[in-house]
This record gives sequence, C-alpha cells and structure tokens, in this order.
Amino acid sequence: MKYTQEHEWLRVDGDLVVVGITAYAAEQLGDVVFVELPEIETQVAQGDEVVVIESVKAASDILAPVEGEIVEVNAKLSDTPGLVNEDPLGDGWMFKMKVDDLAALDEFMDEDEYNDMIA
Amino acid sequence: MADLKRLGLHDLHLALGGKMVPFAGYEMPVQYPLGVMKEHLHTRAAAGLFDVSHMGQVIVAPKDGRIETAALALERLIPVDVLGLAPGRQRYGFFTDATGGILDDLMVTNRGDHLYVVVNAACKEADLAHMQAAMPDCDVGMVGGRALLALQGPEAAAVLSRLIPDAGDFAFMDHGIRPWQGVDLWISRSGYTGEDGYEISVPDLAARAFADRLLADPAVQPIGLGARDSLRLEAGLCLYGHDIDTTTSPVEGALTWAMQKARRTGGARAGGFPGAERILRELAEGATRSRVGLRPEGRAPMREGTLLFATVEGGDPVGRITSGGFGPSLDAPIAMGYLPSPLCVRGTTVYGDVRGKRLPATVTALPFRPATYKR
Repeated sequence: MKYTQEHEWLRVDGDLVVVGITAYAAEQLGDVVFVELPEIETQVAQGDEVVVIESVKAASDILAPVEGEIVEVNAKLSDTPGLVNEDPLGDGWMFKMKVDDLAALDEFMDEDEYNDMIA
Repeated sequence: MADLKRLGLHDLHLALGGKMVPFAGYEMPVQYPLGVMKEHLHTRAAAGLFDVSHMGQVIVAPKDGRIETAALALERLIPVDVLGLAPGRQRYGFFTDATGGILDDLMVTNRGDHLYVVVNAACKEADLAHMQAAMPDCDVGMVGGRALLALQGPEAAAVLSRLIPDAGDFAFMDHGIRPWQGVDLWISRSGYTGEDGYEISVPDLAARAFADRLLADPAVQPIGLGARDSLRLEAGLCLYGHDIDTTTSPVEGALTWAMQKARRTGGARAGGFPGAERILRELAEGATRSRVGLRPEGRAPMREGTLLFATVEGGDPVGRITSGGFGPSLDAPIAMGYLPSPLCVRGTTVYGDVRGKRLPATVTALPFRPATYKR
C-alpha cells in the first residue's frame, strides 16, 4: 500500500490501482454524506479532481494520484457514503485506475512514512 | 488561536475531547468524539448539552423602575410587542436598521422589573452600544461572570427535573429563576434545535459543577457547533450573518410571525422602530423575495453561496442559498435560501449550481422537521 500527501491510499490489484482515503482523512472529514464518483472510462491526469466527498461539515476533493484511466468506481458509495467512515481502507474504496506504468507509484510514501507525516 | 477568547468551561471541553475551532471571536468546540452526525441524532433521541456562553446576555433596567419604560425603550429598536410580554415570558425578536435590514436577532424576557436580552456573540458589543445609545431611560449592561448552557432534546425535561424539581412545569418560552447549590439559575424553556429544552444561565463559579451534573446523566451528551448548526437548519431557524443580515428585511426573511399586531399598521403602537416605513409596507404588500426551504433532489448537499436558477439551462441567477448542508434526521440534504416571490411556492423546482452542474431542488415548507416544543 502507498500513500499520498493528500491522504489517499493506493493499492495495486493486478494491473489496476485501487484508490481510497485513509482512516486519518476519514476521521478529519467527519461523517461522509455524499460521494460524487467519476464516470468510468475517463482519462485523467495526475492532480485532476476526480471525486468530491461531502461530509456533514464541508466538501473535499480527491485528486487523481497518477495519470491513467478510471475503469471502475465503488457504486455502493452512492447509497451508503458512510462506508468511507466505517471501512475507509476496505469497503470505502473510491475508484480503480488503469495505469500505464506502475513504477509511477514509487514516488509515494509507504505506511511508515505516512504515519510519520500525520503524527 | 492566540487572539481568541476562551469560554469559562474551556477545560471541560478539552477534557471531553472537544475539537476547538475559532467562532465569533471564541475558541469553541465544533464537535466531540461522537462526531457531528451522532451528536445531532443523540440530541433528537435523548438530550444534548451545548455551551453557548459566547452569546451576549444583557440586562435592560428602567431608571424609573417601571418595566413599561424598558419595554417601550426596547420597542424603539425592534418591531416586536415587548409591552405585551407578560412577566416570566420570553419572545424572539430582532434589531432593525433604518433601511429595514436586520442588525441582529435576539431573545427578550420580561423579568418583572427589568428585561433580559440574549444576543449573538459576533454582534454583542455593537448591540450593547446600540441599545445604550437609544435607551437613555434605561441602564443597559452586559451580564458578566455567567455561562449560558442549552439542554435540548426529548429527555431534557426529565434530566433537568432531577436537579430543578419543577423544571417540567415551565411551558415553551417560560422563564424563571431557580436556586441550585447556592446560586441562581436563570432558566428559559427554549432553544435553537427545534426540540423541547432549556437555556440556562449559570454563574461561572458553579458552571462546571452544573455542567458535570448534567453530563453525568446517561441521557446527556455534549454537543458541538457542528450539530448545533444542522439541528437549527432542520428546525428552519435563521443563523444571523447567513440567513438574515442588514441586506434582508424581516418580511423577506419570513419572520413576519415575530412582529405582533400591536406594532403593525393599525396596531396600538404601530411603527416607531428603525426601518418601519419599509417593513410596514412589506407587511401590507409583501416583499419581492423571501426566505424558503429547499430540498435538493438526490444526496448532494447545496452549501451556502450556491446560486439558484429558475431553469436548468441559461438565465441569470434568481437567488442564493444562505444555509445548506445535510439533515441527519431527514437523511437528506436540506437548505434555506432566498427566491423571488413568484417562485416561493411549495413544490416549485429550482436549480442550484453545484460544481458547474444545475441540480434540481424543491421549494419546501419550513421547518423541515416539526418542532416538539412543550406549549
């Protein structure tokens, strides 16, 4: 698992990258009440806003961590956005990307580095 | 947060795990470990304790000792029947300005020989100066050394009755002074959540002990500003500086219910408050726009500032959302905003611009959730 400065986690699953937000981020956001997911088969560049998370407090953007194509989204979040709080690293995942070069993930933090950042 | 004032109960909020944020010049708990959603639902299901000590508590004492003098003095500043307010009774009101806008909203209580006025934190210094300047026949002073706590929810009466045996006998908007452990509590049966409940002014020296006693009751959880906002929004109550301000008149703000007959055209003391010309005209003829409730379709909240359109494409904005978010008890997004009067008809569909997309919302009666006051 890799982590971004924006508190996303990235998990390689075959040739896909699964993206979600960390437990720390979910806690900071508070109770999530709405998740706006991207269209599938969308090409995105690194840093594009792909997901909007609305908590009871405010809206936040989730950025594409790398360049690639959105191939799947977690449709369960449309009806049960609270999964982001209940299981941020599991059932609360956001989207899957097809990435040309998985080596692009090397620049991101590992778990220890991420934990140091939020400490 | 060096420039911020601290509440008398600051240490209690820290001990309870409150997340402190700047609000109206104070460090205030926005939420506790329970989180905004559960705090909201707990208040609706049992009882929530709110620290609202940042608000201004003002005493208006008539120099001649006659309550009528204070009532008529305050009536010079607010379009509300204060003279008709019985002893031990509280009423909602607002200061208006010369253009008919709203300077602040307030609660006023007749306490027999003086008035007790509670105003918003952000406006309290200005309100005090405004009152002192306009009421030379009264001594107007800010109350110091007292905390203000709100206990709200269906269990509030049972909880408070364990400390104040006759608390349950208060009706909605009743006010009374009761002794507790050697100090006087100033108790009103009112609040800002749409729930039954109380607002209790308690001397600082007893505030911690009193709050601890309430929190020791298993029905009570501490509630932060986040849930306070979602609770009042579901109740259709205005947040000053957002839903009402100097650019909105009371008629536009859908607050005509708070302006009694005595102050309207043909009433015993019609007019005589700032902006009366416009406000009386709007009472008679209606305003060109009004505050309404809005239910966005789907689950995407429409936040404050969202522009509203009459059509799904084209055209200029016709209004704006002034408070918007998610209503935990409704499990749906809710909002309030201003629309031109022809669109202020229940069931009308308007469109809010959410991140470049126009999403439909339905004009809805307020409150979103019926209040449960003990009248």
